[in-house]
Amino acid sequence: MTVEKTHRRVSGAILNMSENMKFLSGNEAIAHAAYKAGCKVAAAYPGTPSTEILENVARFKDHIYCEWSVNEKVAMEVVIGASLAGTRALTAMKHVGLNVAADPLMTVSYTGVNGGLVIVSADDPGMHSSQNEQDNRFYARFAKVPLLEPSDSQEAYDMTIQAFTISEEFNTPVIVRMTTRTSHASGIVDLGDFTPLPSNGRIYTKDITKTVPVPAFARGMRVRVEERINALREYANSSRLNRIEKGSSEIGIITSGITYQYVKEAFPEASVLKLGLTNPLPRDLIRRFSESVERLYIIEELDLFLDEQIRAMGIKVEDYETQLNIGELSPFRLKQLRAEIYGEPAPDLPSKGVGEGLPARPPVLCAGCGHRSVFRALNKLGATVTGDIGCYSLGTFKPLDAMDTIICMGASVGNAFGFEKAGHNNKTAAVIGDSTFFHSGITGLLNIVYNKGISTVIVLDNRITAMTGHQQNPGTGQTLMGEETKEISIEQVARGVGVDRVRVVDCYDMDEVETAIKEELDAPEPSVIVAKRPCILGYKLRVTRQFEVDFDTCKGCRICLKLGCPAIELGDADPEKPKIRKVKINPVLCFGCSMCQQVCTFGAIKDKVLEEVSR
Amino acid sequence: MKKTVNIALVGVGGQGILLASEVISRAAMLAGSDVKKSEVHGMAQRGGSVVSQVRIGEKVYSPLIPEGETDFLVSFELLESLRYADTLAPNGTALINTQVITPVTVSSGQQPWVEDIEARIEKAYPNRKLMDALKMAQDLGNVRTVNMIMTGALSKMLDIEESVWLQALSELVPAKHLEVNLKAFALGRGLE
Ligand SMILES: Cc1ncc(C[n+]2csc(CCOP(=O)(O)OP(=O)(O)O)c2C)c(N)n1
Ligand code: SF4
Repeated sequence: MTVEKTHRRVSGAILNMSENMKFLSGNEAIAHAAYKAGCKVAAAYPGTPSTEILENVARFKDHIYCEWSVNEKVAMEVVIGASLAGTRALTAMKHVGLNVAADPLMTVSYTGVNGGLVIVSADDPGMHSSQNEQDNRFYARFAKVPLLEPSDSQEAYDMTIQAFTISEEFNTPVIVRMTTRTSHASGIVDLGDFTPLPSNGRIYTKDITKTVPVPAFARGMRVRVEERINALREYANSSRLNRIEKGSSEIGIITSGITYQYVKEAFPEASVLKLGLTNPLPRDLIRRFSESVERLYIIEELDLFLDEQIRAMGIKVEDYETQLNIGELSPFRLKQLRAEIYGEPAPDLPSKGVGEGLPARPPVLCAGCGHRSVFRALNKLGATVTGDIGCYSLGTFKPLDAMDTIICMGASVGNAFGFEKAGHNNKTAAVIGDSTFFHSGITGLLNIVYNKGISTVIVLDNRITAMTGHQQNPGTGQTLMGEETKEISIEQVARGVGVDRVRVVDCYDMDEVETAIKEELDAPEPSVIVAKRPCILGYKLRVTRQFEVDFDTCKGCRICLKLGCPAIELGDADPEKPKIRKVKINPVLCFGCSMCQQVCTFGAIKDKVLEEVSR
Repeated sequence: MKKTVNIALVGVGGQGILLASEVISRAAMLAGSDVKKSEVHGMAQRGGSVVSQVRIGEKVYSPLIPEGETDFLVSFELLESLRYADTLAPNGTALINTQVITPVTVSSGQQPWVEDIEARIEKAYPNRKLMDALKMAQDLGNVRTVNMIMTGALSKMLDIEESVWLQALSELVPAKHLEVNLKAFALGRGLE
């Protein structure tokens, strides 16, 4: 640990700390590494837990061109181009983003690189904010490219810099694989001499045998890919990225990434082979390590990536019952494993018995969020709704309860058409956000038009990528580097791919929204409804109007509660009919969208006098 | 070797928990300790629960606190304090802001409120300190200082000098809000 070298604890008083010691998250550390490594082009599409990488690269925008690409595939293609042209380049994405970018990945492995090319994949064990738990280490094996697995912020910094070197030395893209607990955990990082490395001096010279994988050339590339993986294996055997930490010879553990930290905590006495470069595996080193310990265990998060390969080498690996491959690991889960290995009683977690029946605190659409009226209308109309991913996924839950399916970004459009072609006996609409539409909704829409469909696609156009923390997108008129740019209209895109029925509605006009959806669901043609209202949080919109409930007029029918607005609460009971509770509006939360006023059939919800609106 | 100190900060999105944990981590780092911090950036801003974990020691490996080993549970909200009761070590301390932020599930009538919340807190936390940080922040004239009041209260229980805390605050709080945040910190730290 570098900290110990530089300074020591002195009774809690301030120490002189070098300028270049920083407390950084893994994502921030990667951005710093990009700067230090002299990276010149960075492109990404947001996605938890990877988003902050590019957000932090943007702090170095005087040195690095950076962008929010329209999707991960485009981001990958941009950095491949930059690399072939000779500069160092980096892309970052969440695990499922690499599915979108897999096509260029598989072939850039064949062409190789010119300037160093680093691909950061941030996986999400435990699915804190994802739809699946795929283990992207397999992509490195699949594409036959090197894989680095940092276990903390310092390593995220050091390994990302080294990834650029490996990339150039071995003529290959390199995957740096992060996970939620390396991306979003912070630790002390020694940045060392924090000045960018000099340019690698590479330039582009045309060589179609390198950059055009037509079969005649690709066959040669295929052979070089195999030679490269063999050379990398030699490198892995001797690289300091893989190290043995000698402990007791009774138990040896092979591990990588964040799991290493949990292993150190749960098995302080064990010998550990810590792998930082996990594709290709350092077979000689593993063999040597296995021979130096009596019992060999492999501990890894998610799938059996190391385990199956090491067993296939014919090495004896101990089995265990404790299940580790589902969900994220923790020191506690490894302590349970420890108990099994040593035949000790399982660590117990006495319950204080106070947690029963605690009301949940789920995230909800903000008060005033425009998405709400669309879901209210879809629910009322009883439509089947193929959904998509974004804040609006919250429309799935009660009381809005208006989404049937979610598969992956952009899937809503193709899914709706599939329901249509299957002869589904209910009106079906696709619901998709603006960022998601730009990401991968357009091709699905084109497909509907081309294949003579009549599906209805509703685009929730809040002019921002809200879910992941409000990033710019082609609809916002701003780039990641803070420059103004053309603002793309969804209506025009829809017309451009051949949709004739394109309607724009104001989300705050509930009748207009409902009528439009009803008419378009009935129309014998493909149609697009663009439902507009800017995101309140993203644009930090100010309150200009608020509502209150007239206690005497309210009948306690609760129809307004069906909106699922966090500002509407159950209030006091009717003095004459104590079973009936009336509603009230929380003035701290009310944004003044007026949807509740529109649904109240008794006219109990009134505009507040403007002077009283103080937020 | 001195034992690692485990601190969990819990509450509701928008309460400033992430800044509080940043200040605590920075102070520990300035004091020469190793520190790790972990949080999940979920949909906190849409009203969900928030948890941030900070671990301070000579050498910290895991950024996650092992279940049942939290030394200090700093809860920014009354109900949230109970959600994490089982993560606290047997002799751990709970610092609880008595402010209540009603979850939508309750305000919309989907789930009942826990009527015996005080009794449960008494049962779960023999070592506890309850404080009305919201009221204190209102008296200071800025409700957004709840987080620094809580940080101040916690600071007294950690082996880090006051000057270090002040340095951490001044590095991390934007200049125009620094004065009121320093006051809030002092208020929390002065609590008996
Ligand atoms: C392939 C892929 N990339 C990224 C993500 C992360 N992600 C989930 S929703 C979303 C953006 C949603 O933005 P938008 O469609 O505008 O809806 P909003 O949240 O604004 O309502 C992103 C980037 C993902 N789930 N899958
Ligand atoms: S952040 Fe924006 S899009 Fe998301 S729920 Fe709030 S207002 Fe709606």
